[in-house]
Amino acid sequence: MNTPLAGKAPTILLAAVALFLVVVMPSLNAAGVVSDFTLNTWGKYVCYAILAIAVDLLWGYTGLLSLGQALFFSLGGYMLGMHLMLMIGKLGAYKSDLPDFMVFLGLKELPDFWQPFYSFPFAVLMVLAVPGLLAGVFGYLAFRSRIKGVYFSILTQALTYGAALMFFRNDLMMGGNNGFTDFRTLLGADLRSPEIKRALYIASAITLMLVFIGCKWLTTSRFGLIQRAIRDSENRVLFSGYSAANFKLFVFVISAVIAGIGGALYVPQVGIINPSEMMTEKSLEAVVWVAVGGRGTLIGPVLGAIGVNYLKSWATTEYPDLWLIILGATFVIVVLFLPKGLVGVPAQIKAMIDRRKALKKDRADDLAAINPSPEAE
Amino acid sequence: MRVSYQPLSFHVGARRKVTGGDVPVARELLGFLTTMLRAPSRIVTGFGCRLRALIAGVALAHAAVLAEAVPAGSAKEIVAEAVVTLDADRQRELVGSLADTDPEEAALWIGKWKEGEIYLFQDAEGNDVAVLLEGEPDSAEKYGIVSLASGKPVTAPDGTAARATKDELYLADTDSGLRKVMKGVTDRIALASPDLKKRLQAVQDTGLEQDPSKLVLLEQRLAVEEEGRVKKALAEAMAMIRLRAEDPVVRQTAVAELGEMGSIAAQGAIKTVRGEAEKAGQVSLVAACDKAQKDIESHISRVNTVGTLFRGLSLGSVLLVVAIGLAITFGLMGVINMAHGELIVVGAYTTYLIQNLFAAGIHMSPFGLKISIPGMNLSGGAWDCYFLVALPASFLMAAGVGLLLERGVIRFLYKRPLESLLATWGVSMVIQQLFRLVFGANNVQVESPAFLSGNWTVNDIVFGWNRVFVIAFAVLIVFLTWAVLNKTSLGLLIRAVMQNRGMAACMGVRTERVNMMTFAFGSGLAGLAGAFLSQIGNVGPNLGQNYIVDSFMTVVVGGVGNIMGTVISALGIGMADQSLQQILGNPVLGKILVLGAIILFLQWKPSGLFATRSRSLD
Repeated sequence: MNTPLAGKAPTILLAAVALFLVVVMPSLNAAGVVSDFTLNTWGKYVCYAILAIAVDLLWGYTGLLSLGQALFFSLGGYMLGMHLMLMIGKLGAYKSDLPDFMVFLGLKELPDFWQPFYSFPFAVLMVLAVPGLLAGVFGYLAFRSRIKGVYFSILTQALTYGAALMFFRNDLMMGGNNGFTDFRTLLGADLRSPEIKRALYIASAITLMLVFIGCKWLTTSRFGLIQRAIRDSENRVLFSGYSAANFKLFVFVISAVIAGIGGALYVPQVGIINPSEMMTEKSLEAVVWVAVGGRGTLIGPVLGAIGVNYLKSWATTEYPDLWLIILGATFVIVVLFLPKGLVGVPAQIKAMIDRRKALKKDRADDLAAINPSPEAE
Repeated sequence: MRVSYQPLSFHVGARRKVTGGDVPVARELLGFLTTMLRAPSRIVTGFGCRLRALIAGVALAHAAVLAEAVPAGSAKEIVAEAVVTLDADRQRELVGSLADTDPEEAALWIGKWKEGEIYLFQDAEGNDVAVLLEGEPDSAEKYGIVSLASGKPVTAPDGTAARATKDELYLADTDSGLRKVMKGVTDRIALASPDLKKRLQAVQDTGLEQDPSKLVLLEQRLAVEEEGRVKKALAEAMAMIRLRAEDPVVRQTAVAELGEMGSIAAQGAIKTVRGEAEKAGQVSLVAACDKAQKDIESHISRVNTVGTLFRGLSLGSVLLVVAIGLAITFGLMGVINMAHGELIVVGAYTTYLIQNLFAAGIHMSPFGLKISIPGMNLSGGAWDCYFLVALPASFLMAAGVGLLLERGVIRFLYKRPLESLLATWGVSMVIQQLFRLVFGANNVQVESPAFLSGNWTVNDIVFGWNRVFVIAFAVLIVFLTWAVLNKTSLGLLIRAVMQNRGMAACMGVRTERVNMMTFAFGSGLAGLAGAFLSQIGNVGPNLGQNYIVDSFMTVVVGGVGNIMGTVISALGIGMADQSLQQILGNPVLGKILVLGAIILFLQWKPSGLFATRSRSLD
């Protein structure tokens, strides 16, 4: 768990996954083998995988279980969503320059803070800045007063809850209960055409690869070593003269930004963003993906996010009543029996076999000690 | 808003032939509606109660009809005589004399007269007799006819029992003068009602009418009234009537009196008086009105403040009850139980089940099975007792589920608190979904026993019984918890294990067993919270989720491992929440601010109000 997977086999596996996600899926879609719907669903999985990496960077590598990552994810989504809402223009139901929900609320003019979102670069900047800033402020306050462990989890949960309550309100001018939807164009391209959907999918897959590589680099560097040291024994890190708070803050901000990017890619593909996306349950679901895939590795979250969501898509149509039970039970089983997730299963089996062997050997030795064989004399 | 009581505009003359069979029905409806409109505006009485009262009234009427001899001079006889009296003055006199008869009976028959249930029938001698219809109409739409005075069937000229359609009878009508007299009688009856609430309401209504002719009535009542609250209301009502006095000096004293009383009801009337006074140039009266208005406003703000504090206290108590189980499992044991909310729901559904077992039983269809449990079909006081059974049952049920949870999942994770958070979250999803499958995704309703509904008004401040109960219950639970932890041997073991597990184990304490018992105890408290939440809201599978964040916050702010801290933080958060709501006028914004304040508070005191001091790291 402490050392990232080494050796050639995982590298080949990684390359295969990357090739599959970035090249094979869209090509199959272009060739008509994979339906547009399936590709779109996979686009969603890929965005979730980005979120899962963000969660893992915090939880798996630094030992900080944040229940607020869904908040950063949806904040990223909301920021791009604001741009997309403005791009609808007069195509909306009310034929007004204002987004529909503002017309509905009786607004005559666009609120000031919406104005800059006409610019795409500004929206992208905000996708990175808003989650980052919020994480920075909150993290600064939390880590400065040495809030850690479960307290950190509970506080992030409260933050998420409070933010969701706020976004549910209409007078925040962020669409209230219904959030943003009915997007039309992005940079002049029709978001509903299959080509653009494919392009968005490819962009998400490439982003996932970049995030993966970036995090790989980060976690294998000296920085990653300190990260893991904080996870395993924060006090020793402190006594060795490192400022654990600053390291944690940095990781928290990076993780929030990554989650925000995932959200920004998610929204145009799914076509809707509303406050229910930022509830605590969503954060916990992301934690489930990481736990199932295997925390403390980077491939684990990706596999977990795709695997669990694939299972979810299947189960919610086949057994809609049982899905939550399946998810909950999976989670309990994984936590109890597979602390290293699916990625850790081979190692766990190997350890078990080794232990068996050692036990057998011990027993044989003991037997030998008790009944010295006559030949020995 | 009051609607003036003159809705029966069908009446043209003293007698009128009823033209269609449907009119009395419409009239009955109108009468019913009028009763509804007269319903006390502040005390909300259930529609059902009213309906039941009406049905009871009808049943009573039938019973009265069947009774044989009627003593002379009873309300019924007087009404029977008044109905057939042609002389208007004599009629009014008769009706007026009803005030001295049995009040309930008088009210009943006056009501029937006004609502058009009394008819006139010409007997063999050509005399009018007041009659009532009896039984169901036969095929020719004919009803049986009984004399109002004697209760015996009326004989037709040919000697048989008379039958007639509604069209063949005359309706006993009333004119406006008579109705005024009737109103006077019913008002007097209401003012003398032995039921305190009805009397109070009658006084308040009379005050709002501001009818100067009623002043005498109120004065008479004041002379004999003994109940303090009614006396106060009488004084208020009289002052309000005097606002209509001719003499500006009388009006001015009335205004001043109302101001001193802080009469909320009089606000509108005083405004009117002020308007008139301004027009008439009565400077001192205007000034008096202004002062009275200011007084009343400050009274209202006082009422609101006390009301807010009371609501804050009761919300704090809710938080406390919900969080106290968590204070044990999280605070003492360090287990993050995300399924705590679901344990609350276990308690709530247990209450729901027991309620139904005491009533008509319950049908469930989980997993395609059909389960029907017959109920005991109790009602009234016996049914009310269900809650007393539900309390221990929900404690035991939740404690049982908690025990399973501890044995099945949590005991493997004592050393991995973060993972206990995740695993219990998984458990919570499973339990939630099971609830949905068994009880349905919709909320179910748990009805409060009679002794928990209703309210208590002091000085215009309304104290709902259920809120008072909430507070009392919280006190009880805190006491129970304190007693278990400090006065029982289990409590001693719990504290020993929580303070130093290794040492306790060395002294021979079976720590595993203590863990189990502690967790079950904390879970049982969650179950109690559920029984209790079922009394103040609906019960649904998501009920627990609404409280989980709040209860964790409460425990964290209070300081982990300290029950007293939880008590103080729950009350503090409850008060802050309600006050902010009152100030901002927006519940959600208040809640967000409270969450923000909690996060900032933890900057200042990271380990809560009462930190457990320790030299150990981590």
